[in-house]
Amino acid sequence: MEGSLNAIGYGLAAVGPGIGIGIMIGKAVEAMARQPEAAGIVRANMFIGIAVIEALALLGFVLAFAL
Amino acid sequence: MTALLAAVEYGGDFALPPVGELFNFPAFGPLAISRVVILVLIATAAAGLLFVVAFSNAKVVPGKLQLVAETIVEFIREQIVLQIIGPDGLKFVPLLVTMFMFIWFNNLLEITPLVNFPTTSRMALPAFLALLSYVTFVFLGFRHNGMGYLKEVAFPPGVPWPIYILLTPIELVSTFVLRPFTLAVRLFANMVAGHILLTVVFLATHAFLAPKFPGAIVGVMTLAVSPLAVGFELFIASLQAYIFVILTAVYISGAMHPEH
Repeated sequence: MEGSLNAIGYGLAAVGPGIGIGIMIGKAVEAMARQPEAAGIVRANMFIGIAVIEALALLGFVLAFAL
Repeated sequence: MTALLAAVEYGGDFALPPVGELFNFPAFGPLAISRVVILVLIATAAAGLLFVVAFSNAKVVPGKLQLVAETIVEFIREQIVLQIIGPDGLKFVPLLVTMFMFIWFNNLLEITPLVNFPTTSRMALPAFLALLSYVTFVFLGFRHNGMGYLKEVAFPPGVPWPIYILLTPIELVSTFVLRPFTLAVRLFANMVAGHILLTVVFLATHAFLAPKFPGAIVGVMTLAVSPLAVGFELFIASLQAYIFVILTAVYISGAMHPEH
């Protein structure tokens, strides 16, 4: 079987962050719906959370090519 | 790249070059000056020029350019420093504004029309910026708390003592090893992935719409996607600059007031 193990690696690396970001954005939308006045601060923290979680997925993607 | 496109236009296959080739530029001058170095200098000059010109004849009621620069400084001062560090963090506003402008302008080079190369995708820049951030918060931690800073990091208060066996190594590694590493890799990986995405979309459009190449419908689809990809990269470039600065502010705040 030909192919590169790197591709399987970065595919697997995207599973966890995908689930994590999904849960987090779902909870952020829920929070914004429950209390629309807090939407600004919830949105700001949501972006911070997205960036931190997405770092793991991108680590998998980039290291697949670099290693 | 042009050889690849020429081959496609005259009846070859569409095969992407290996990923490393998208990021390697040979040095052509003294001190290893390459295309990347020149682009960094141009971006830094642009960012610096914006602020120098905006504040050269500063008025109390600002004109348009001064308003733009003041908005950027106020955004970092109000939304990031005052909210996260508090009033004694105001002395870090110049550092954070500089970092933000530097990262933002270098990231924006990724979508600039004739350039299309993010200089922050060469690991040296994110690594150095993360090192700056790391030295800042570690130095602040030791200056504010003395040697007790290690104790504050390793043994966070309010936890029953058996948990420290598990928690202390995790906290120490997370604070002193993972924080600079993930700061650098987050910026680097986002820019690399964005550059690869834009390269694939643009090259595919050019290749599939070449005259003798079958599959023009794919070319039309990638052409339709390309403005969305550029818009997405604009968002990601700005977001990564903001995230770097806000995480630096959070780390500074954690070093200065470790009790929360």
